[in-house]
Amino acid sequence: MSEEATVKKFMYLNRKAPHGTIYALEVLEMILVAAMFDQDVHVCFADDGVYELKKGQDAKGALEMKDFVTTYRALDGYDIEKLYAEKESLEERGLTAADLVVPVEVIDRAAMAALIDSMDVVLSA
Amino acid sequence: MKFAILVNEGPFNHQASDSAYQFCKAALDMGHEVVRVFFYYDGVHNANRLSEPQSDDRNVVRRWSELGVRHGLDLSVCVAAGLRRGIKDDVLAPGFRITGLGQLIEAGIEADRLVTFGD
Amino acid sequence: MLHTVNKSPFERNNLDACLNRAAAGSAILLYEDAVYAAVAGTAVAERVRHAAEQHDVYVLAPDLQARGMKDAALVEGVKPVDYTGFVELVAARGTATAWL
Repeated sequence: MSEEATVKKFMYLNRKAPHGTIYALEVLEMILVAAMFDQDVHVCFADDGVYELKKGQDAKGALEMKDFVTTYRALDGYDIEKLYAEKESLEERGLTAADLVVPVEVIDRAAMAALIDSMDVVLSA
Repeated sequence: MKFAILVNEGPFNHQASDSAYQFCKAALDMGHEVVRVFFYYDGVHNANRLSEPQSDDRNVVRRWSELGVRHGLDLSVCVAAGLRRGIKDDVLAPGFRITGLGQLIEAGIEADRLVTFGD
Repeated sequence: MLHTVNKSPFERNNLDACLNRAAAGSAILLYEDAVYAAVAGTAVAERVRHAAEQHDVYVLAPDLQARGMKDAALVEGVKPVDYTGFVELVAARGTATAWL
């Protein structure tokens, strides 16, 4: 038997907008912990999830809420480099990759579907 | 087969906890193993022993406790999600324990399937 | 893969979110408030019938029963399962993706 540790394909699928509910913040906390496990981590943004990455958010200044969105910019330092946003979701919302706080790979819906289908574990919110 | 279960909502606002419970019960009855039930987001409220539903309603917290004790389940409550909601050791119902998010990732690695119940 | 949908298609877009991205041949389970999507004669029935041509679409019978839909006609191609069937689907179809 191999002694090598299991490496699974994990996807964190963000489909919810950032401040109206707590899901986006707590998914991000999950992703930061996931980074310590040496798994194959994919962070995806689709539907309202693309709003999580919008530049210029100021939840703290406007509402005294937590500015967790800045943490997305730190993911690179956690060796989480596979970030994907769905092209159709961006277009539906009048956004482009240039509107986002971090560089992401923009993939179309068919590619997103194929990526989801290839995962071992999908954690969604 | 080894299942891990993720419960994302509290005991009453959403059906998620009921669905997760029914799923666990069926899986255990069929001889499957449930390696961990992880409570995250408002799901941490499922562990609150101070919950007192009306007498003609199911007691969601007690029901998880009893299932957990009967089958030796690992009912794991996320420490970070729990602390911000006031769920700590002194309000935990029997069978639950406070753990970290790492236990969720670990369950995803160890189990054959992770099944999420939420809103 | 097994996709699960638990919201009414009349209130939330979870069913469409799932159908837009579920690979052909995958399984889809409608449960909780999503069981309303499985009932024949609604505004979404045609969409669900079409989905059932490309996917294996199931509906959780206890959730139908709870909502007074136990004996309702279902959209053609949609198969009812109980919780044992739900567990079997998860075991048989691989990764479970919840469209929350």
